[in-house]
Amino acid sequence: MEAIDIIKSNYIRELLTNGVREDARGPNDFRGVSIKPGIIEHAEGSAQVDLGATKVLAGVKLVMGEPMADTPDQGTISMAAELLPLASAEYETGPPSPQSIELARVVDRGIRAGNCVDLADLLVAEGKAWSVFVDLYILNYAGNLFDASELAVMSALMNTKVPKYEDDKVVREERIKDIKLDNIVTSATFAKIGDHVLLDMNRNEENAADARLTVATDGSAVRAMQKGLSGGISVKEIDDMVGIALAKHGELKNLMEKATKRSL
Amino acid sequence: MASLANKPDLIVNGKRIDGRDFDELRPIKIEAGMLKNADGSAYVEWGNNKILAGVYGPKEVFPRHMADPAKAIIKCRYTMAPFSSLAEHGRTGPNRRAIEISKVTKEVFENVVMLNEFPNSEIDIFIEVLQGDGGTRAAGITAASVALANAGIYMRDLVYAVSAGRIEDKIVLDFNMIEDNYSEADMPIAVAPRNNEILLLQMDGGLTREQLKQAIGMVLEAGKKISAMQKEALNENYRKVAEQYGQK
Repeated sequence: MEAIDIIKSNYIRELLTNGVREDARGPNDFRGVSIKPGIIEHAEGSAQVDLGATKVLAGVKLVMGEPMADTPDQGTISMAAELLPLASAEYETGPPSPQSIELARVVDRGIRAGNCVDLADLLVAEGKAWSVFVDLYILNYAGNLFDASELAVMSALMNTKVPKYEDDKVVREERIKDIKLDNIVTSATFAKIGDHVLLDMNRNEENAADARLTVATDGSAVRAMQKGLSGGISVKEIDDMVGIALAKHGELKNLMEKATKRSL
Repeated sequence: MASLANKPDLIVNGKRIDGRDFDELRPIKIEAGMLKNADGSAYVEWGNNKILAGVYGPKEVFPRHMADPAKAIIKCRYTMAPFSSLAEHGRTGPNRRAIEISKVTKEVFENVVMLNEFPNSEIDIFIEVLQGDGGTRAAGITAASVALANAGIYMRDLVYAVSAGRIEDKIVLDFNMIEDNYSEADMPIAVAPRNNEILLLQMDGGLTREQLKQAIGMVLEAGKKISAMQKEALNENYRKVAEQYGQK
């Protein structure tokens, strides 16, 4: 960690002793959320999500492929995340970092475990099914990529239209229907700094964090969780965070439904 | 998750597919110090899992520019052998899943290893899954803890890990592979037993807030048994070493 990061972390901790966050938010407040669906017309689905200064773009492409051998009755979905070098001074070009792999896999788990995409509906004929490729492009890192990415992917999927498939050919210019979705999942990520637990950490708060917990929910059940960083979390703290994540779901879901003009 | 078309009955007459109770661990065997070159090592048989953990260090950091003058750095590599699964031949080396597991495992040990005692040095943790049958990351962390202690590296606590989850409406401990494939939720957890702090927690599937609490409670209860086995493995190793050098 660079000296400036340590100084800023100490500043964050000092503020917290007076119960104050750097940007004056309450402990369980998200930063401002902006969702712009469909901004990449060439993609079958897309959305850009701004969470404070964090900017994430998700693009969805549908490719005609084959079902997996152990699930012959379903299409597939896969996710990758690119921490673009233009998003932050510390991001470098090269093969996917453990950080980007973790991000993509945690977001994927929420969407997959929540049964958001109806994979059976992606089957076109025996041995033929759509493969859904979701790519996350991190455009600006300012803390909490997890929640921004979950929102971007979910919004992009809500924006996704299935192209026409005719005579063994994909007709990309014609999109015939919305992709079938069965559930909406959102996540809430918490930073533990000393004894303080904060929702939606900004960059300096993330630098100062001892531990991190992401809780993805569909409002009634927890669908995925991931703890990160080396600090420990108590069982009580986990329960509190789960409670907040469940309570926050409706608010985020409404934002996505309003932006994408699609509701479930 | 595998296709639901082939889903077997995971609970029959109140027992699990391998005859266990809902809160029953698989048989676990832990051995410490069987690798001579490694500074510390442990071998775990956990149900049908066979997992080897080796620790090297503290040693000089490579590459040098990664060295931290305030503390040691930990590197962790979890891999599954290409022959470890009952399914197809796997690929050598870490895949995306293994890279994620290596990352969260590293974070677990950054918590308990007293890094400030070893400035400018690195500690390598290798977890090799020779045979995998569900719950390999938990068994691997349990083994790596023993290997670190066997290497004589200062730690605040001896971490254990085990998974809990849900099958139908039942909260169940320590999934085997079949249960893992078809369960409704799976949640590996690593715990520092002295204060019961959660150091690793991953979950997917579906759990209500109540079910989640119940599952964590089940893990903390089973952890007492795992901790005792880890300590016994270390004691047994000391007894062997003492015997070897003729001391009683």
